[in-house]
Amino acid sequence: MFRFIVRRLLQLIPTLFGLSLLLFIWLRRLPGGPETAILGERGTPEMRAQIRRNMGLDEPILVQYGRFVRRLIRLDLGTSTSTKRTVVTEFVERFPGTVELSITAMLIAIGVGIPLGYLAARRRGRMLDHLSVGGSLIGICIPVFFLAYVLKAIFAENLGWFPASGRQDPTLGATRITNFFVLDGIMTREWDAAADALWHLVLPAVALASIPLAIIVRITRASVLEVLNEDFVRTAEAKGLTESTVRRRHVLRNSMLPVVTSIGLLTGGLLSGAVLTETVFAFSGIGAFIYEAISQRDYPVLMGFILIIAVVYVLVNLLVDLSYSLIDPRVRVR
Amino acid sequence: MRASRPKVALAAVAVAALAVAGCAESDRDDSSGGSKKDTLVFGVAGDPKVLDPSFASDGESLRVARQVFETLVRPEEGGTKVTPGLAETWTPDAAGTTWTFKLRSGVKFHDGTEFNAEAVCKNFDRWYNAKGLMQSPDVTPYWQDVMGGFAKNESADLPPSLFKSCTAKDATTVDLAFTRVSSKIPAALMLPSFSMHSPTALEKYDASNVGGTAEDIKYPAYATAHPTGTGPFKFKSWDVANKTLTIERNEDYAGTKAKLKTLIYKTISDENARKQALRSGDIQGYDLVGPADVEPLKGEGFNVLTRPAFNILYLGINQKGNPKLADVKVRQAIAHALNRQALVDSKLPPGAKVADNFMPDTVEGWNGDVTKYNYDPAKAKALLAEAGATNLTLRFHYPTEVTRPYMPNPKDIFELLSADLKAVGINVQAIPLKWSPDYLNATTSGAKHDLHFLGWTGDYGDAYNFIGTMFDRKKDEWGFDNAALFAQFQDADTTADAAARTEKYKALNKAIMDFLPGVPVSHSPPAIVFGKDVTGVKASPLTDERFSTAEFKS
Repeated sequence: MFRFIVRRLLQLIPTLFGLSLLLFIWLRRLPGGPETAILGERGTPEMRAQIRRNMGLDEPILVQYGRFVRRLIRLDLGTSTSTKRTVVTEFVERFPGTVELSITAMLIAIGVGIPLGYLAARRRGRMLDHLSVGGSLIGICIPVFFLAYVLKAIFAENLGWFPASGRQDPTLGATRITNFFVLDGIMTREWDAAADALWHLVLPAVALASIPLAIIVRITRASVLEVLNEDFVRTAEAKGLTESTVRRRHVLRNSMLPVVTSIGLLTGGLLSGAVLTETVFAFSGIGAFIYEAISQRDYPVLMGFILIIAVVYVLVNLLVDLSYSLIDPRVRVR
Repeated sequence: MRASRPKVALAAVAVAALAVAGCAESDRDDSSGGSKKDTLVFGVAGDPKVLDPSFASDGESLRVARQVFETLVRPEEGGTKVTPGLAETWTPDAAGTTWTFKLRSGVKFHDGTEFNAEAVCKNFDRWYNAKGLMQSPDVTPYWQDVMGGFAKNESADLPPSLFKSCTAKDATTVDLAFTRVSSKIPAALMLPSFSMHSPTALEKYDASNVGGTAEDIKYPAYATAHPTGTGPFKFKSWDVANKTLTIERNEDYAGTKAKLKTLIYKTISDENARKQALRSGDIQGYDLVGPADVEPLKGEGFNVLTRPAFNILYLGINQKGNPKLADVKVRQAIAHALNRQALVDSKLPPGAKVADNFMPDTVEGWNGDVTKYNYDPAKAKALLAEAGATNLTLRFHYPTEVTRPYMPNPKDIFELLSADLKAVGINVQAIPLKWSPDYLNATTSGAKHDLHFLGWTGDYGDAYNFIGTMFDRKKDEWGFDNAALFAQFQDADTTADAAARTEKYKALNKAIMDFLPGVPVSHSPPAIVFGKDVTGVKASPLTDERFSTAEFKS
């Protein structure tokens, strides 16, 4: 077990190097640079040239990359060219928002998806089954940002039930400790602030949950159908066990393995959805910041954020792999 | 009987929540979040980049600075004329190179430090004596734009400084000396970049210590968390995680105190999202209103304020691109081909006007008596034939994913203008590029573009700030070298007598419209909107709205 974890973590190092080199070259090959974003329509070519020189952007790409790697080894990701704050600071301030949003979206997807998928499988060919399969197809096909816009127009703009933007009502003046707003509210007993932060999460989380929810419904349904036809289920039923025992002990547990695998992968995929969802809801997270960084050609932020995300992605998948052995004793981690 | 797993899990979560509850101190002051009627949340398009306006050139940083800081002179409310700020009077000496400012007395900075002549000199000396990274064009953009260089220039690219010295005569009298006469003084001193900072706070928070390395500039603490001015509002907090910045009423303000207790700027980058946030009550006002939203928002009862147009949209022509463009007849043909009135009527907000100069008529030096190029396709075709350019193909760049106050919808503008050009037989090759950074790079450097459009919003009411920034020297954007025109600019800028200078700018506007380096298209009035119950703000052409007079109708 321990050796397995260490090996997986060591595999991270070459992955990160390869990724960072490709990213580095790709970013630098994009036309334009941060100097234009910084100066806007006021910049003269001379000013732009001077900023490029200052930032070392006039040197060969590999020299620049070497400098980047030397700093990376010291865990120094540099400074944002657009905000002049360190990349680590920017990340620490924005990451909690994205985590809060992703967890909420994932809870919605799992909490609704698994029961719905299970029921669809049990009532195969009935109305509910058709509805969930059809609905999930729509969920996969609708672009997340479009759904975000529609939800916002209906529930925020017209009905006024939910806020249309941000993570919390700024007039509350809530205390910040971890930047996980819900957690901060609980920790400081500012219950109104915690509730308000939750309220702000509803619409963006529903929009972000649409794709994982649809996929979880389909995978659960398929997996449950497969297990229902297994011999051991028939045996259990024949033994006269109650339906709920059969459902919990035998069917659900045995059909969860592919679902858990997909949850791990979907969590990584949430980040791409978060870029647009956060932008639509003016939700301060890493997604919205990456979106801004691309238009600003903020190289350090893009490099730093994407590398950190890659590490997080690998760790999430590692946890998923470890959880297999808890669900299915046949899977041994070596 | 074993408890089932979900119940165990729920119990665990509940226990955990109780365990963390109250394990941290709330630092909320109970006055905030009380009555919403003295707290205004205002939607803005971007986060401020820095809180020290000396280092800022982006509109969002300057927006905050305008409420927290004050300058020696400031624009009149709702206009561009130079009026008293922290100085009551300002007079030049006979040579026009030294200006004497009489200061208001009894003014204090937010930290209690007294504002006086010595404080003014501390500020100017700080900028003038900038060293190292503080001389980088992205750190002190406006100082370099107005004053050129520094006491000791560290780069050969920097011109000599226009600023020479600051002398405190007595507590309320200060002399600012310049190396030559310049039309920028005193108007440029209205810029928020020339705001007065508390000398105590500058020292305490190491304000001039721009650290890091050239590729990793790090601002000092003063610029990120402790801006200290004399304005009607003072800085309270910047909550990056929630994209909000809060300023609050300065209770010791020397003038009329702000009516709002708290003003919160909330960043919502998408224009449509700002509108939705206003409608849903998240915010009580926002800036950069889409032209298409002006009438609907008015109809819903929101207070839409239209700023007097203080910008120019122009069609840029690059004479180094296609050699035919160096022929003035071809440029005249292009000007006559464009139906600018139709563009203004159909694509620009109410109140927009066709432009005849490269600057709006609210600025001294505007000239109504220049060569005008009315819409005349027949004449355009004749001119093209005369110039032997009947089968002309031009690369026409236009920007995507952007709205600017002077061009709300670049794609629509491009489609109209290119249709006009096609109608007189010019072939147009459309080249759409992302605004930042691709488009700006492609159109302002190199010679791979023929036509493009771009514009300018004035910083202060001065002709040089418009036409000087465009045409006072050789630029890749235009690709021409016209020594006579450049000399004419030099002469106008160094004329001390204001009346004589205005005449020279009029002559310059005439010369520019004869030479026709590009075609001025339009001036658009940008809009700013407030909630139905918010009153007291007057729109400013320089986006210098005073929020100290904003209040909620009860």
